[in-house]
Amino acid sequence: MRNKGSNLFKYIILLIITSLMIGPLLWMISTSLKEPAKTFTQFFPNPIRWANYAEVLGNSTFLKQYWNSIYISILVTLLVLLFSSMAGYAFARIKFIGRNVIFLLLLSVMMIPAEVTIIPLFLFMRELGLINTHLPLILLPTFGASGAFGVFLMRQFFIMIPKELEEAAIMDGCSKFKVYWRIMLPLSVPALSTLTIFTFLANWDEFLYPLIFINSRELMTLPIGLSLFTDETGTAWHHLMSATTLATIPLLIIFFFAQKKFIEGMTAGSIK
Amino acid sequence: MLRHLTKGKKLGSKWSDNIAGWLFVSPMLIGFTLFMFGPLLYAFFISLNDWPLLGDETFIGIKNYETLAHDPIFIKSLVNTLLFSLGLVPFNIILAIFLASLLKNKFFGIGLFRTAIFVPVVTSLIVWSIVWKYLLATELGFINQMLALIGIEGPSWLLSIPTALPVVIFVSVLKNVGLNMILFLTAMQQVPAELYEASELDGASNFRKFRSVTLPLITPTVFLTMIITTIGAMKVFGQIYVMTRGGPVDSTKVLVYYIWETAFKHFDMGYASALAFVLFFILLAFTILSWIVRKRWVFYEE
Repeated sequence: MRNKGSNLFKYIILLIITSLMIGPLLWMISTSLKEPAKTFTQFFPNPIRWANYAEVLGNSTFLKQYWNSIYISILVTLLVLLFSSMAGYAFARIKFIGRNVIFLLLLSVMMIPAEVTIIPLFLFMRELGLINTHLPLILLPTFGASGAFGVFLMRQFFIMIPKELEEAAIMDGCSKFKVYWRIMLPLSVPALSTLTIFTFLANWDEFLYPLIFINSRELMTLPIGLSLFTDETGTAWHHLMSATTLATIPLLIIFFFAQKKFIEGMTAGSIK
Repeated sequence: MLRHLTKGKKLGSKWSDNIAGWLFVSPMLIGFTLFMFGPLLYAFFISLNDWPLLGDETFIGIKNYETLAHDPIFIKSLVNTLLFSLGLVPFNIILAIFLASLLKNKFFGIGLFRTAIFVPVVTSLIVWSIVWKYLLATELGFINQMLALIGIEGPSWLLSIPTALPVVIFVSVLKNVGLNMILFLTAMQQVPAELYEASELDGASNFRKFRSVTLPLITPTVFLTMIITTIGAMKVFGQIYVMTRGGPVDSTKVLVYYIWETAFKHFDMGYASALAFVLFFILLAFTILSWIVRKRWVFYEE
């Protein structure tokens, strides 16, 4: 308004930077529709080859990996929501011996990097015969950084809920569990949804655990499956780009519909 | 803290409350003990042993730690990790502050720009790395083809020593700068408008306003974001695994990559655990630093 020249400058800078952000994804989608021989030579796909998607979706290993990613992320998210809201409620509302010590202990979990515990956990899981199963991929994030962050987030949220709401219920003789389940949990939907987005995304992208615990292709999750895709079929870029597009689109759709909640979930996780 | 505890007891937590409290926290407590605290202690014990994956372990005291002090690959990976962080953190923070200050006040298309810059944050890191690896391909990659149009012969970005690490840094910054941008936007929006009005009356330029009003007030956020970003950078692994596999000639071999390689390629669990503990102590130092900053931050706000 004040200064047309500097405004133009601002738009140009922003266009350059945003094209670095969006450009690669557009290139990915464009390549996913090209013919195999033309992946490097065309700007826009011509002719458009939808068969790339059909072929990738017809690949049963890819579908299995997709399903593994979805169900493991959902399961971890549900477990984190349940256990961390339970613990968060107790830390916020129940007076019990050792409460503060345990809370500090749980907080310190956030400082333990997975890179350090992974070796004993590998030996432990091998002892139990759980290598090449999904159980480590479900248990470790639930009782790791995601879970610890969840406890912290839920406690902060429960502390802010006015006490009168549950006092009435306690007068009526409700047990602690009923108060938690019937009153506190429904009230905490905003915090739970933030935690859902944070946990789901963190696990959708989890790389180290599946890399170490899974050997067979059918049991892998998408990030590992996609990263191996490049090794073996280095030239099948049209297929790889269809696969990465399929892996990205669901997240982007959810992001565009729930942008505010999404940003909240992501930033909450980074601040801790 | 002790005072809190005794107070809790005096106020007479009832029996039922004690049982309920412990029951509510027990799933997490048991899980954390089994999968975090136990393994952490055990990892230290492993690091004091010669521990091959197959075969017997022998207790060797601190010998693994002595070995790593003279291990050129360890030193190289430590230096690479530091170089990665030293390149990534300032670049990321400065770009994030710059973008936040551009996108602070409303103008036509602002929502679109903010969303676009946040999109890579939502994208999977592995997908992001794969796509960039494709764009950066030596002969026919999109970037080198564009450069060829203006008569420049692009290098083998990920295959030559001088460019590999800077390129991985660049790609990692683009992936995550949107998150820091949002943190800075939030901080900037909390700066009272009166301060800007006052400085406008004094005839301050935009840059002057940024330097004398915005920057001092967002300093706590800058510090905290810097530490969080550094902790993330020290743990870098996924994009290295996908884009360079630590090469060329170890020039992008970072600490976590070396730990992974030692443990799960060479199956030397004892030595890998010692390496992991070096990482642990570096991260611990940064975490403690972040607590100190946070304490000061709270103090500022009061």
